[in-house]
Amino acid sequence: MNFTTFLQQCLTGISLGGAYALIAIGYTLVYGILRLINFAHGDIFMMAGYFMIFAMAVMPWYIAVPIVLIATTVLGVLIEKTAYRPLRDAPRMSVMISAIGVSYLLQNLATYLFTALPKGYPSIPVLKKVIVFKNLSTSLVTLITPVLTIILVYLLIALVNKSKTGMAMRAVSRDYETARLMGIKIDRIVSFTFAMGSLLAGIGSILYFTDRMTLYPFSGSLPGLKCFVAAVIGGIGSIPGAVVGGFILGIGETALAAAGYSTFSDAFTFVLLIIMLLVKPTGIFGEKAVDKV
Amino acid sequence: MKTKNKNSDKNKYRICSAAVFILCILLLIFLEANKYKYSYITGILVRSAIYALVAVSMNLVTGFTGLFSLGQAGFMAIGAYTVGILTIPVAQRPAVYYMNGISPVIEKMYMPFWAAIIAGGIFAAFCAALIGIPVLRLKSDYLAIATLGFSEIIRAFIASPQLNKITNGSYGLKNIPSFPNLYTIFGICAVCIALIVLLINSSYGRVFKAIREDETAAQAMGINLFKYKELSFVISSFFTGIGGGLLAMFMGSIDSKTFQIALTYDILLIVVLGGIGSVTGSILGAFLITSGREWLRFFDEPLTLAGINIPLFRAGFRMVIFSILLMAVVLFYRKGIMGTNEFSWEAVFNLFKKRNSAGAGSGRSDIQDNHSDDGVKRILNDREA
Repeated sequence: MNFTTFLQQCLTGISLGGAYALIAIGYTLVYGILRLINFAHGDIFMMAGYFMIFAMAVMPWYIAVPIVLIATTVLGVLIEKTAYRPLRDAPRMSVMISAIGVSYLLQNLATYLFTALPKGYPSIPVLKKVIVFKNLSTSLVTLITPVLTIILVYLLIALVNKSKTGMAMRAVSRDYETARLMGIKIDRIVSFTFAMGSLLAGIGSILYFTDRMTLYPFSGSLPGLKCFVAAVIGGIGSIPGAVVGGFILGIGETALAAAGYSTFSDAFTFVLLIIMLLVKPTGIFGEKAVDKV
Repeated sequence: MKTKNKNSDKNKYRICSAAVFILCILLLIFLEANKYKYSYITGILVRSAIYALVAVSMNLVTGFTGLFSLGQAGFMAIGAYTVGILTIPVAQRPAVYYMNGISPVIEKMYMPFWAAIIAGGIFAAFCAALIGIPVLRLKSDYLAIATLGFSEIIRAFIASPQLNKITNGSYGLKNIPSFPNLYTIFGICAVCIALIVLLINSSYGRVFKAIREDETAAQAMGINLFKYKELSFVISSFFTGIGGGLLAMFMGSIDSKTFQIALTYDILLIVVLGGIGSVTGSILGAFLITSGREWLRFFDEPLTLAGINIPLFRAGFRMVIFSILLMAVVLFYRKGIMGTNEFSWEAVFNLFKKRNSAGAGSGRSDIQDNHSDDGVKRILNDREA
């Protein structure tokens, strides 16, 4: 493998990692607050892809993108309100099963509405522009993804650390009951968290699928799981952790595929997860949790 | 007097159980005799029975030991591939492995189906034992995601080109012989489920339940947490492997795509619908969901009512309805059909009694009250006598 190919693969890996990071943040935010693996998150990401296909069919990309992002956010909040809120006081396993149910429903709904055949993802001309640098050629989206990811994460961290809503989010994630006693409107904070997560998943979806071109109803489930793994590796509940985890997975997976073991690239994610859980279950940036009796 | 009444009740329940049992046997004999005529229904029933077995073994881990494990599809894959590799007739093997050739190690290895099924179970249990050592230290959702991950790893290994000569890679296995008759398959499922029930009712089962209720308390009582968790996980995987083997025989051809995460979710939904922690619930759930999926099939066909084509009805609508139903169960009927209770005739009769007294208007309920008064009087008379 020569140097150019190496650089090319690096770029692909970083770009994939950026998209993973954006989705992983959604998992980490929700888990931080509700202690719930939102299995439907990967499917929200998939639905965002379908929204984009239909939006792009009738309008130019600069109108389509905001509409898609709004629709995705609304979908995320709607799911939280209908499927998770009634189970707020139920055991954790019930909520998780409800999440699996929502994921199942979204996949079946997508199969019904859009058929199981892969659909072509529309290309946004600006993102698809090919940039040639010496003998290295790449599309703009590959370069934009990591940069955009870093900017968004910076904004999100600022939001969480500086704003009042962010403070409420941190309070809820630290202690649910006490936060409620302090007059924080839990439901509103949870909805806001889901909105943030879904918005980032929507952006991630646009970046991810622009590179991949096709979309089918199950194309959200595996990336979704992988991004959850990324969040766990980085330390669930931590935003920088999710980003680092996303990049580790994206680069590692691309490296494996480049080395010719592409069948194992999915398994690689889970091997990494299991190693991480055994060595440092709290993840790279995670805080230590003490189990109370 | 009261005991006498109870005894007569017990006899009544026994007669009911025997009647249902005999009905099942008769149905089986009937289906076996008309196998080809009713092949559709038979297929649904066989699949339900296999899913019931896998669901009950998942319940052993999830419902009775409190370990949320999502590795079912992986262990089923191990069982299915073991059975497939060991039972495809030697003469047909070159045709199955025409793409990549067959490894000389397994070329002449042949076993009768029952031995192969047990081998599949043992191999799945062995893998579970290895996986359990690191994974069972984790709790709740971490455990779920780790077992889910292992099931994906198993699937990736099976599909990998490096194992082409053994698992036939992405081409899958074909020509797996089916069961000699229906009694075998239903018999195997029934025996396995009975074994699991025996285990649950034994002292081991009580330890499992203690771990489910409170791990810390169980540990304080001197229970070796890891030993019992591992035991439950391994036994459950053994039966899941057997279930996978049966599924392979039923389907005749398998590939790694059969054992995706969706399969685990299917089993999980059966367990949830039936009631987490109820064996009979899982069995009921398996039959209801598997056959429900077929009954709802009319949703997939275009429907014309009074000359108007109703646009909603087309391919895929069935699964949407199905998942909405399941969501409704999860949200509004959280305990599932059975909750943590087991099926008993007493509950069924009580249900009917309640229905009758509640469903009818006030007039009828008066009559019923009279009846029950009569009953009380009769009982009193009996006591005097």
